Amino acid sequence: MGWRAKHLLGIEQLAPDEITTLLDLADQYVALNRQPHKHSDVLAGLTQINMFFENSTRTQASFELAGKRLGADVMNMAMQASSIKKGETLIDTAMTLNAMHPDLLVVRHPHSGAVDLLSQKVNCAVLNAGDGRHEHPTQALLDALTIRRRKGRLHRLNIAICGDIAHSRVARSNIMLLGKMENRIRLIAPPTLMPAEIDHFGVEVFDNMEEGLKDVDVVMMLRLQRERMDGGFIPSEREYYHRYGLDQAKLDNAASDAIVMHPGPMNRGVEIDGELADDINRSVIQEQVEMGVAVRMAAMELLVQASRETAQGVAT
Amino acid sequence: MTTTYINARLINPATRTDALGGLTVANGQITAIDGPQVGTIVDLDGACLAPGIVDIGVKICEPGERHKESYASAGAAAAAGGVTTIVTRPDTDPAIDTPEVLEFIAKRAEKDSPVKVHPMAALTKGRAGSEMVEIGFLQDAGAVAFTDCDHVITNTKVYQRALTYARSLGALVIGHVQEPTLSKGACATSGKFASLRGLPAVSPMAERMGLDRDIALVEMTGAKYHADQITTARAIPPLKRAKANGLDVTAGVSIHHLTLNELDVANYRTFFKIKPPLRCEDDRIAMIEALADGTIDIIHSMHTPQDEESKRLPFEEAASGAVALETLFPAALRVVNSGMIDLPTLWAALSLNPANRLGLAQGRLEVGAPADLVVFDPSAPFIMDRFKLKSKSKNTPFDGQRMEGRIIATLVEGELVHGTL
Repeated sequence: MGWRAKHLLGIEQLAPDEITTLLDLADQYVALNRQPHKHSDVLAGLTQINMFFENSTRTQASFELAGKRLGADVMNMAMQASSIKKGETLIDTAMTLNAMHPDLLVVRHPHSGAVDLLSQKVNCAVLNAGDGRHEHPTQALLDALTIRRRKGRLHRLNIAICGDIAHSRVARSNIMLLGKMENRIRLIAPPTLMPAEIDHFGVEVFDNMEEGLKDVDVVMMLRLQRERMDGGFIPSEREYYHRYGLDQAKLDNAASDAIVMHPGPMNRGVEIDGELADDINRSVIQEQVEMGVAVRMAAMELLVQASRETAQGVAT
Repeated sequence: MTTTYINARLINPATRTDALGGLTVANGQITAIDGPQVGTIVDLDGACLAPGIVDIGVKICEPGERHKESYASAGAAAAAGGVTTIVTRPDTDPAIDTPEVLEFIAKRAEKDSPVKVHPMAALTKGRAGSEMVEIGFLQDAGAVAFTDCDHVITNTKVYQRALTYARSLGALVIGHVQEPTLSKGACATSGKFASLRGLPAVSPMAERMGLDRDIALVEMTGAKYHADQITTARAIPPLKRAKANGLDVTAGVSIHHLTLNELDVANYRTFFKIKPPLRCEDDRIAMIEALADGTIDIIHSMHTPQDEESKRLPFEEAASGAVALETLFPAALRVVNSGMIDLPTLWAALSLNPANRLGLAQGRLEVGAPADLVVFDPSAPFIMDRFKLKSKSKNTPFDGQRMEGRIIATLVEGELVHGTL
């Protein structure tokens, strides 16, 4: 048991015991975050830089709060507005920041693999906050923590992931994580929003939502990007809602205690019925946000620990 | 001056033979094969002696981006790689689309390059796909073929007229077979790997659709046509049919598609980003089989120099292409060493076939042919170090890999341009 990873670039590189270690620690932070005094000094004196090359409010806020609760000095850089516009390359930006000796870099980038590239050029731990259509590991981890707390386990569950799988890094990370933890995964989407040869990833593929939801324990909805709605990938918003939007009637196909998840932000009335999203008996969407902070705190603590161990290893 | 090379393993692509013998060179020409030992005698001690490689589709970045590659650096790289004839691409900046630009680069080549250089010209002005170039004038100025490179002409009417006009001059047109609306923005081949890595991908079917259209146009116009790169198994049946129907169609494949597959991209390694993207292993094997049975005629390096800046980027943003003048030869030997093809058949695709397609006299071991020759040891092992390449750009996907094959000497018209004998 333990944690070995130097960076958190994706779920692909994590072993099941590392995932469990992280979730166990996150559980403790959930407890801490529910105290009136929500502060720890684990990252005291350390510097965390959030570099978001793509707009984000929720994820960035979650990372910022996680760092601050652990006592780190947190700096946010809105990369879209800065040097990229002046023609600086990603690597130059990384080298510049590296020279300021950060301990943690949290990076989101619109291109798959960009965070991986950046991690090769800096000395500190790098957390992937989403790269293109590739991975969004902390989202998958917070989803896993939510499921584990609600269902009492993270294995042998039937889990459906529905919506724009093709363009979703959340889906990829979740497929990987839930697969590693030995769950049965179903993907539900119109074929235009399904990645090629995804059936090779140990998942079952459905284009009929009612069939796909049959007896599942967990329903994970994905956000449908606005720009995919008009004619390009699906005929219209209303036809999509009719066939793939989650409402009570469709949810009735799932197990009676099935939970409903969504990474946010939601398009009410497009991929999910508004009332259902607010149903506290079924929807765990708010809980996911809470778990997000705890999971990110745990991830940062483990990465800092791992880098301290490496440094000590070098010293001795 | 007369030289006779004895004790040579003669690789003759025309006769598909590989046998010990001797070869005599005088005044820049081959004057005898297995003839009397006259002039200076050079004992090759069993090393291979073959016609120099004729490489169609080399990008030399003059005019426009001389910092990436010049005629001097490309010429030196070619000589070191056993390439005795470079056939250059017109996808420069500006494009080579007028006789004036063509003459300019011909002069630069003449002055700087130790190996032969034959230029190709664009088929449409600025490679923009709307107006044909002065095919006749360009041919007179030395253009050996016409191609818009990776710009697919989407206006089929323009393409049809250009092909019809080219036919009247007997000009060879080289097409990039791709359905461009499908391949737009793609940097990987759709399938398991692209889905795992989350990369925008193109279906291999886009190549087949491009080829189908071009073949229909060739049937319609009677033009002389070469498909630059066939890389997918799905494109092989239509190609075979076109040939069986007697159309004047040939096809090439890049060395990278013969020796690498999409999994080599691994962790977003941008040196493996090429155009079209690397395919799956089944496609790679199908290309070798098509080469062995003659469906694919020619192997190209698709030499595309890129500087470090254009490759040190996230995969989607990075430039496409790889240098290959110096790696073409050892990489091609991998196909032989895997036992899937014999050396003379491979060599036909590297020398004789491209020369024949362009109507050039070189590329063969024949009395009267130019003595453009290469002497090599096919089994000398080495580890590829990209910083030792003579190209100005070092973007080879083979960096750090174990390879076999050493060029001992390269001769152009009997003169040594690389190595020692």
